[in-house]
This record gives sequence, C-alpha cells and structure tokens, in this order.
Amino acid sequence: MQKQMAIVGVGYSGFSSISPGLSYKELMYEAAVRAYQDAGIDPRQDADGFVTVAEDFHEGTSIFDEYVPDQLGAVMRPVHTVTGDGIHGLIAGALKILSGAMNIVVVEGHSKASNILTLSQVTAYALDPIYNRPLGLNPYSIAGLEMQRFLHQTKNTVEQCARVVVKNRRNALNHPSAGHGSDISLEDVLASERVASPLRKLDIAPHSDGCVVFVLASADAARDLTPQPIWIRGMGWSNGSYSLEQRNWAHADYARQAAQMAYHQAGVEKPHDEIDFAEIDDTFSYKELQHMEALELCGEGEAGRMIDEGATQPGGSLPINVSGGSLGVGNLLEASGLQRVLEVVLQLRGQASARQLKNVETGLAFAWRGLPTASGAALVLSR
Amino acid sequence: MAFRRTGLRRVAVVGAGMTKFVRRAQETAQELAFHASRLALDSCGLRIQDIGAVCLGTAPDAFDGVHMNGEYLSDGAGAYGKPFMRAYVGGGTGVFSVIQGWYHVASGLFDAVLVVCEEKMSSCLPHPQAAFLTIFDHTTERPLKPNLLWIFALEMNRYMQKYGLSKKDIARVAVKNKRNAMDHPAAQLAAEITVEDVLNSEVLAWPVQRLDVSPTSDGAVAVILASEDAAKRITDKPVWIKSVGWCLDSAYWTNRDLSYPEYVERAARMAYEMAGIKEPRKEIHIVEPYDPFDYKELHHLEGLLLAPKGEAPRLLAEGVFDRDGDLPATPSGGLLGVGNPIAAAGLMKVAELFWQLRGEAGKRQVPGNPRTGLAQAWGDLMQVGTVAILGV
Amino acid sequence: MAKIVRELPGLALTPEDISQRKVLSTSWVPKAEYAWDAGIAMGRYLEELRNGRLMGVRHRRCGRTVIPPRIFCEQCFAPMDEWGELPDTGTVNTFSICYVSWDVKRLEVPEIPAVIEIDGTSPRVGILHKLGEVDPQQVKVGMPVKAVWKPAEERNGAITDILYFQPI
Ligand SMILES: [Zn+2]
Repeated sequence: MQKQMAIVGVGYSGFSSISPGLSYKELMYEAAVRAYQDAGIDPRQDADGFVTVAEDFHEGTSIFDEYVPDQLGAVMRPVHTVTGDGIHGLIAGALKILSGAMNIVVVEGHSKASNILTLSQVTAYALDPIYNRPLGLNPYSIAGLEMQRFLHQTKNTVEQCARVVVKNRRNALNHPSAGHGSDISLEDVLASERVASPLRKLDIAPHSDGCVVFVLASADAARDLTPQPIWIRGMGWSNGSYSLEQRNWAHADYARQAAQMAYHQAGVEKPHDEIDFAEIDDTFSYKELQHMEALELCGEGEAGRMIDEGATQPGGSLPINVSGGSLGVGNLLEASGLQRVLEVVLQLRGQASARQLKNVETGLAFAWRGLPTASGAALVLSR
Repeated sequence: MAFRRTGLRRVAVVGAGMTKFVRRAQETAQELAFHASRLALDSCGLRIQDIGAVCLGTAPDAFDGVHMNGEYLSDGAGAYGKPFMRAYVGGGTGVFSVIQGWYHVASGLFDAVLVVCEEKMSSCLPHPQAAFLTIFDHTTERPLKPNLLWIFALEMNRYMQKYGLSKKDIARVAVKNKRNAMDHPAAQLAAEITVEDVLNSEVLAWPVQRLDVSPTSDGAVAVILASEDAAKRITDKPVWIKSVGWCLDSAYWTNRDLSYPEYVERAARMAYEMAGIKEPRKEIHIVEPYDPFDYKELHHLEGLLLAPKGEAPRLLAEGVFDRDGDLPATPSGGLLGVGNPIAAAGLMKVAELFWQLRGEAGKRQVPGNPRTGLAQAWGDLMQVGTVAILGV
Repeated sequence: MAKIVRELPGLALTPEDISQRKVLSTSWVPKAEYAWDAGIAMGRYLEELRNGRLMGVRHRRCGRTVIPPRIFCEQCFAPMDEWGELPDTGTVNTFSICYVSWDVKRLEVPEIPAVIEIDGTSPRVGILHKLGEVDPQQVKVGMPVKAVWKPAEERNGAITDILYFQPI
C-alpha cells in the first residue's frame, strides 16, 4: 500500500507486573490522554471511530465493550471491540480508513493480567470443551508439544531458544518502561524449572499490566497532523487450525499467511533484506525462532544460527525485539501486539532513547494470540 | 468529521443461510456455525475458496462456556487459513458483524467476505440468564446480585411513565411478532396469542412479564458480502448495503435518560447520512428493529426516527407496523417469535431484509415490492445501536 | 429461501434427552477469579461508603456533578475538578418489582431494584440500588427515598454498605 494511512499518535501506560494504583479505566485514560496529546487531537471533536481489543474472561466482565467508551473520549461515538490481538484491532481501525468512511480512528488495548487470580484456569477454558478440556492438561503443555516438534523438525536447539531469553531480557534493560529486564545467563535459563518439557520456566514470558493507545489517520489527515507520520504499508492476519488434532505443530502457518498478505500489500519481496528490524511474538522463547522462519526473515532451520551469530541482537543485521519483547516487557495479553507496534513506531520516529537503532526505514510487527490459538496478525510500517 | 461519502466502494449481500432457532440444539456451536455458513455459500453457488475473509459475531463467551470463543468457532465458520476477525458490541453484535464485513469489502482488500453469527446459550447452566450477572459493573452493581431483567424493567417502566403508556399498548408487539413468526421455518416461539395472554402471563420483573420477553436460543445465521464487481458475477439480484451506522453510549447507564435511546438515533443518523436518506419515514419501506422485549421494538422505532417520540404504540395500534401495513416492522417474527440466539438473531434481521428485498420471503413476503430496508440491533447496558440499510 | 431449503438444520432437544443421557454432554465449572484494582476514583468511593458517606465528583466546564465518581469527565474528556460529599437521599427515577433472582429462581418476596437520582447531582444522575421497608404496590416514580446503612462496624467498603433505600 502506498501511504494511504498512518499512525499519528501513540500513548502508553505501564508496563509492570502490578498496577494497583489505577483501575483499568484509569489506566486506559492515562494512555489515551497521552496518545491524543501526541497526535494533537481532541477525541470529542476529531475522532471518527474507536476500536478496542478485549477478551471477556481476561477482564472478568461479559461483553466488556460496555465499559470502554468513557475513558477514551468515545461516548456517543462509533466504537466497538475486537476479540483479537491488538494488531487485529489496529487492522479493524485501518479498514475503516481504507474504506474511505473515516479519517481518524483510535485503537486501544490493555492488560490487567495482575487482576486475574486464576489465569491458567482461564486459559484452559479456551480449550475445546469436548475433546481437550476433559484431559485436564495445563495449557503450557500445548507449548511444550509445539516446541518439541518445532525443534525436532528444524534442528534448532533448546540452547538457541534460551539465547532468545537472554537477549530479550537484556534488551529490556534499555527500555525504561519494560517490566522484566534482567541480566541473566544462558545457564540460568537452562537450569530453570521444567514446566512442560522442553519448555522451562524462563522460556515463558511473565505477565505485565499496561495500556497502549494509537491514533490512526488517513493520508491527508496524517500530513495535516504531524511532520512524522508512520505509514501502514501492509497488514495481514490469518487463522491456522484451532483444532489441536489438526494443527501444524512444527511451523506457524498462521504467521506465514499473515506475513505474506502484509508483504504483498507493502511490495516487500525479500523480507530479510527489506525489513530493517522486527518486533515479533516471543510469548515463549521458541516462538521468536519459529516466527522468524514463518515470517521469512530467514530460511527454515536458520533462526537458531542467526541468534548464535548475534544477527538478531540490537547491533546485528536484523535486530529482533529490541524493546525486550514479551520476555522482557511482559506478556500484555491483548495489548501485546500493540506494544510491538509501539516499539516499531518509536524506532522509526527516532524516539527509542537508549535502544535507538540507526538508519531504520521499515519495521515489522507480528503478534500471535497466545495459547491455545493458531491466530496471528502482521503489520509492515515505514517512515 | 463528515463522512467522505464520495468514492465509497459498493458492497452487496449476495447470499444468506440460517439454522433453526431452538431452545437447545443437539449440534455443537461449531456445527451450528458450519450449517449456516454452508447454506449461505450454497445459496449463491460459492465455495469456501472463493471467500477472502471471515467476520464472526457471537455475544458473551459465558454462554458457550468457552474463553476466546471466536477462536473455537473459527473452524466451523470456515476461517481456517483465512483472515478472521470477531468484533462485538453485546446484543448489537449481529448487525455489527455486517458492518464489520462492510468495512472489510469497502476497504478494497476483499471481494467476498463470509459473515457468521452463532450463539449456543443452552450450554450455560443452570440458566443462560445467569451469565448476564457479569455484564454489570463489578464494583458498584454486581454485589447487588442484579438480574438481567432489572435493567429492562427499569427502562420499560421509565418509557411507560414518560409517555403515559399502558402494558396493553406495548403487548401488541409480542402478539404481532409471534404471529409473523408462524410463517418462518426457523421459528422457536411462533404462536397466535392475544394481548390478554401477554397481560396474564407470569410476572417476572414488573412491568416485564413472561410473554414480553424473547426466549434464550441456540442457532446460527450467515450472510455473504461481495464487492460490486463480484456481486454482479455471483447473482442477478444483489442487495446493496447502502450504509452502516453505529454508536455506543456511556457505561454509566444510571446517569442517562432511559426513556429514549439517543444512541440508536445517532447510529441511525450516521446511516441515513451515508445513504443520503433525508426522510426516513418515507424512504424506508421495511424495518427489522431489535425486539428482545416487546417495548424495545417501539423504543427503537422511535430512536430510528420512524415514529415520533412516545407515539410508536399508537401507530402500532393503528396497524402501521403490520406486515401489510404502511411500514412493516419485524415481518420475520423477530426475536420474540423466531428466537433470540443473540448475535445470530441480529444477523437474522439482515438476512430477512435480503430475502424480502429479493421477493424471496415466501409467506412472509411484504407486499408492494419494498426497495429499501433497515435492520437494527441493540445491546450492552442499554447502550449501543447498530444499523444497516439495504436496498435494491 | 423457501425455494432453496425446505427443512433447515438444527435438531431441537428436550430436557429429557439430556437428563436421561440420550444425547451426551460434557460439563465444566469454570474457575475464573479476579481481584479488580479499585484505583483512584472507585477506591475513594468505597472508602467513603465504609464511612457512611456518598461521594460525587464535579466538572466545572460542563457543570455536571455525578455519582459514581470517576477521575475524568466522559462528556468533555478532561479531568474532574473536585470531590464533594452528597446527601444520602434521592428520588426514584424508575423501579421494578422483580420476582426472580439473578439465576432465575422464583423469589418468595420480590426485590425492588431502582435507579435513584441522588440529591445534589445533575439531573438524571443516579445509582442502581434496591428499595426496602416499603409495600411494592406503593412505590412510585418520583418518590423521595433515603439510604439505610449497615451498622458502622459491619461496613467494609462496598456498595452493599447501604442495605437499601427507604421512602422518606
Ligand atoms: Zn465535563
């Protein structure tokens, strides 16, 4: 897509393990105020529509869309909720602009993961109620199954997965808002508790609370609002098989399909050469490697070698998850993808402070919806 | 900001299908979604490979008893290997799903989109209504153990008080819709009843009585949307989506005027503006307003500017909203007669317009070759209006 | 439609089909527990309920005083300006006489939920609560009511620190 729409405002609040000082409404309000300030808009006058992302069982409220308009300035306006990752929500917003029916659209996603006391039981509640749930398995076992098959088929190794954890946690030390930065060693990861072998405790991204809000605008509105629009060049989303019985356990087919759609729109033919950096799902360490291959940032079985060679380090040829990713920033539930887009925007704007990459023009953000889904969404952004 | 009306890509409904609406279906939620999707595809001779993206609607996950219910339903809704998106606005979801589908096609990214709505409320025990406890504010309202019926009773009472309406004025909606449903092959609660039957039915939450209320149901509906070029290839009788509109009011519902659905008016005005409709009362020939409760149909007709405030009951009594009246309202039989699998019920209203405007509604067919119809749904904490205007 | 499909899919089951296991089902009790952060506005509201006081917030620009409190004015999208104590009296905006519980069990004694416009707030601003110590048939829209509080030592910072509202 040629410069038809852009991100013109970003605001965020968080990201930390707990956020007891603010209710979810107040967390959203804080991020929204910042985004509107950044975009220079008054939501009551200027925004044509609003999209939020939420899952009822993550909120503890049924039909949660009821509770979103007030704190976003969206009362008596077109606003709806998407049950998807934040990038799905962002795409839902972008479609409204592409259709020509709206000029300025606001997109919001948040996490109050700390308020969910029984998160793993809630995740288990997403399993097929007839075939899978009665087995009583912890949902992390699905990640264990997938990691096993992925490593077996691609010959990537558990050490290479552990290296992802070390990289992303260290990257997060340069991100003042990241909740889980630390200087851990490969040995720490490999010695951490087994959860669902080969998956260990430190392979799993811990949760964080936070909120991210974006303001999207059509090309004309974007040029009026900011000298530095970040253009949405391509967007793709896809579902693999929900059924665990028919899933592609080795390869993330949802990621490949989503990326192909986004690359096609953006005119990207050789992702490895044309994408300068990427923020991609690393809910589990192996997912970063699996997604790199599915997103065609490297060939099959080459992701491990890239991390060994340091190619995905901030100073490498294709930096991945400079923000710290989910392993370093924290798993933000539905807002996870928006945090990835946020980092891409900040890098492209040159606002990433200590972790700023040099000479970046085009970035990729990719989100997976998490266990137990095979659903993902991709966004290609350029200066 | 004004809508950039010029250059909007035209989008049509080209196919539709639905299951029966029943209190408890043997089919799983996935199977219901599959049946409706299959029928919609067959109705216009498309294969799943022809579909570029899938939009899904289903109301709270608490009914089906599955977290991330959209993902669970994705296989049944034909979304494997496709862009798939589930959007929701509570009870307004059914019509909103078509709005969502409209944006998908109007964006230029897709030529054919499958829109599927499913609800399997019977999975929720001991009674589906219990799932509604969690729609209330967790701090200020849930500790009072509110019943879903409360908010409708409170709104209905306020509406009656404001305009001096009697229960009898309102009960006629239930009589009309349940009778209309006698001609619907999917209907769960079609019946010939009288106003007295409604007034003598069990009092649940005064002024709401048993026959004022739609049932809980299982069921699914699907429609297929196509771009102008594709639509013309697929069918000789495309039904165009002339416009869409929706609006969400504040969550602080106890801070609002409950006697009038302002948010429905805003949604309708958005749609009227996009369609270039100046005089809705003359330009809309057939309407499917959301009728989970009998008074809601009247409330919504007023919000849609199809009846003056407080006067919908009088027009109803005069027969204006009968199937052969001046402005047929809910010729399908609606939620009161066909049933209320929430999101599917909203989409059923769009499907009904599709059949009516093509002259394919059989015994339900509205006379006089209607050319423009409006479907509307509503939901959340009496808070959201969703509107789609279709025309041939 | 009639032309294309004569019999629609959808197999209706009876309660006996389930109870006699003629068709099978799996059952599951969800374990979904939450502790929602009350935050700034709701935190103070609950604290003052424990003290036996109703609090509202006011926005100067639009002149609205509202309850329950929030840190932002949703109409203007700006921070609220001030807090103020409100009287625990009000007027019935609308009510219902409800004969079924939240999980649809028949009640012996009906409950009377009501939206109560709290005195000192802007027009039509109220809260959801219940009425008590009143004959249901005597309840009227516009009726003045007053909160009946739990004894101070039993209050714990919840909306249920008010037992119900009673006609004055
Ligand atoms: Zn104000």
